[in-house]
Amino acid sequence: MTVRGRILILLAAVAVLAAVGLASVLHASARADRRNHTQAGGPRVTTGTVTLTGRGRMVFRNMAWGPHRDELTTVPADDPSGPRTASGLKCLRFYAASGTGVCLQAVHGTVSDTYRALVLDARLRTEHRYDVPGIPSRARISPTGHFAAWTAFVGGDSYAGTNFSTRTAIVDTRSGELIPSLEDFRVVEDGHPYRAADANFWGVTFAADDRTFYATLATRGRTHLVRADLRARTVTMLHANVECPSLSPDGTRIAYKKRVKGLPKDAPWHLYVLDLRTMRETPLAEPRSVDDQAVWRDARTVVYALPGDYGADLYQVPADGSGAARRISTAAVSPAYVG
Amino acid sequence: MYVADSRASTPASADGAVRPLAGRRRAAIAPTVLALGTVSLVTDVSSEMVTAVLPLYLVSGLGLSPLGFGLLDGIYNGFSAVVRLVGGHLADRGGGRHKWVAGFGYGVSAVCKPLLLVAHSLTPIGLVLAADRTGKGLRTAPRDALISLSSTTESRGRAFGVHRAMDTAGALLGPLVAFLILRATVDGYDAVFTVSFCVAALGVLVLVLFVPGGRGEAVADERPTLRGAVGLLRRRGLRRIAVCALLLGLATVSDSFVYLLLQRRLGVPDRWFALLPLGTAASFLLLAMPLGWLADRVGRWAVFVAGHGALLVAYALLLTAWRGSPLPYVVLALHGAFYAATDGVLMAAASDGVPKALRSSGLALVQTGQALARFACSLLFGAAWTVWGDRAALAGAATALVVCVVFSVVVRPKGAVPA
Repeated sequence: MTVRGRILILLAAVAVLAAVGLASVLHASARADRRNHTQAGGPRVTTGTVTLTGRGRMVFRNMAWGPHRDELTTVPADDPSGPRTASGLKCLRFYAASGTGVCLQAVHGTVSDTYRALVLDARLRTEHRYDVPGIPSRARISPTGHFAAWTAFVGGDSYAGTNFSTRTAIVDTRSGELIPSLEDFRVVEDGHPYRAADANFWGVTFAADDRTFYATLATRGRTHLVRADLRARTVTMLHANVECPSLSPDGTRIAYKKRVKGLPKDAPWHLYVLDLRTMRETPLAEPRSVDDQAVWRDARTVVYALPGDYGADLYQVPADGSGAARRISTAAVSPAYVG
Repeated sequence: MYVADSRASTPASADGAVRPLAGRRRAAIAPTVLALGTVSLVTDVSSEMVTAVLPLYLVSGLGLSPLGFGLLDGIYNGFSAVVRLVGGHLADRGGGRHKWVAGFGYGVSAVCKPLLLVAHSLTPIGLVLAADRTGKGLRTAPRDALISLSSTTESRGRAFGVHRAMDTAGALLGPLVAFLILRATVDGYDAVFTVSFCVAALGVLVLVLFVPGGRGEAVADERPTLRGAVGLLRRRGLRRIAVCALLLGLATVSDSFVYLLLQRRLGVPDRWFALLPLGTAASFLLLAMPLGWLADRVGRWAVFVAGHGALLVAYALLLTAWRGSPLPYVVLALHGAFYAATDGVLMAAASDGVPKALRSSGLALVQTGQALARFACSLLFGAAWTVWGDRAALAGAATALVVCVVFSVVVRPKGAVPA
């Protein structure tokens, strides 16, 4: 074939491929546009005041299509599928307790996105601001409101890079002092110091004493429930195969996701509750794989997100293994019960 | 200007580029090399687009925890090294099917992009990525053989330098393109994957249209067989190169550890962490061509070993107490210089010791040895870090590197051994 012929073929192909590429971008951008319009039959969302001290309320990230998509939104805790009040503040992940909130959000730059964590007061005003080194995944506030923690996925920078690690930070919300990574804590296993360069922490949950917290530690391909001491900066391994622990309001039980043998690799987790005194595990009545850090609505009920039509829906299930899972809200994620 | 007399020195080249254009002096860089550079540039734009958005897609788009991937990653790496040998061997059989084996590899990777649109959970996504890497493994050795065969002995270092520079330019552009698409669409991962496929398809088309096939030219005294390929190691020149590449690979700490050390030593703010690889890539891009040219002048082996010297200086800087603000730039510049002085230069050096009929297999052999050695180094380094801490581990790696560099200087292949 002549050079001319080959160049003509190339130009034709460039035209076709460019058209396909452009069409896909336009299609995706039109869809983004649709998401900014309220979907018929979706929850009613209006602008209003959202505070973290309102009585008996649930605050969460609204995922319903419309102008308030991704904003922090509130509903009465006993009517979670009712009309929503949106705050105007967008967060990817959120949690709150005792009038203090943490909001993990994306900052859209000109050549790349970065992420940050905002520590919020009860009226959602920013008190402290921190860089987050990767894609945010978990957020928690201690029951007193004095500490905040978050986890980010870091990595994916080499060719088809599939090595991810997590980084978990804790901040004192009163002083603003930041512990950028839990990896500097000393790890103890069976009373002996344990050293691991491959240690990954995620999913912090705080106790009420402002000193103790629980988290996931992954090392050598296994996950562990650890109990940590903020003052001594130590973590102690307690129990194997625990991810994303969530401490009950009375501090006696941990709700968590556990890898169960025989489940598909991409959906390997079931929800369990661990009694910290007896170390007895109770499977909860949710048959699906849950990839979320559950939240205790009260001493008897845990709430968690599952994938849904608009990203995620919220479900609740009794914490004692009885009953059945029930959907309480659609197009919602990252709930916190306040007031 | 340096003008290659390619016809005289490579009479049986599988290269359409050295077709003499009557009465005109040929360019120093063969059109085939530029065509292959373009294919790599375009393909890297495509693959790095996907790489850049994949973590975000998994976490925000699909709501998955990507940690599970880490476990599969090691398996893929080992597998990819073996596939490289297969690609190299297939390309040599039947007398130079390099173009078609490379094209098949590029094609497999291109087809993987739309498959990402339909894979919505970890297992299928893992399989698609494995297929993508298989394509990469298959195409690498035949592509390098084509570059080697279409350039003259005297200009080979520069030819590889040009190719690597173009390849790296694509890798730098890819994430930017992906980001612009995400910016224009909001959650437009499907658009990223579709555009990535279009770009990859374009790369395959450029290969098919503008890289000469060179079929059946190089059938010579040695019929390419597996045994013949392994027998290449009996050749002193190639054996020495392979052994040195292997040993040096064992002392080459993987990139992510270098960035992690840099961050720990210097307290590089978290938000800049993701930009560290860009520093290495920029330095690689700028230095690949000049260092390739230098390799042609002063000797490939000298530049290859000097590249490891640059890496050694980078390690030493990380170990010293100096923490001045220029340090990250210096370390990243040295790290990129290391790649510029070794990646293509090694292929140019290895080409000298391999007959044309087995060029692809020979290059694959050296690459595989090096890749497996680096993988082993990662595991060893991780273990050493756990037991002795990061500083001691790096000191160990630096010591090993000194020993390997001295060894490589002593046993260096004597002169070029044209096939």
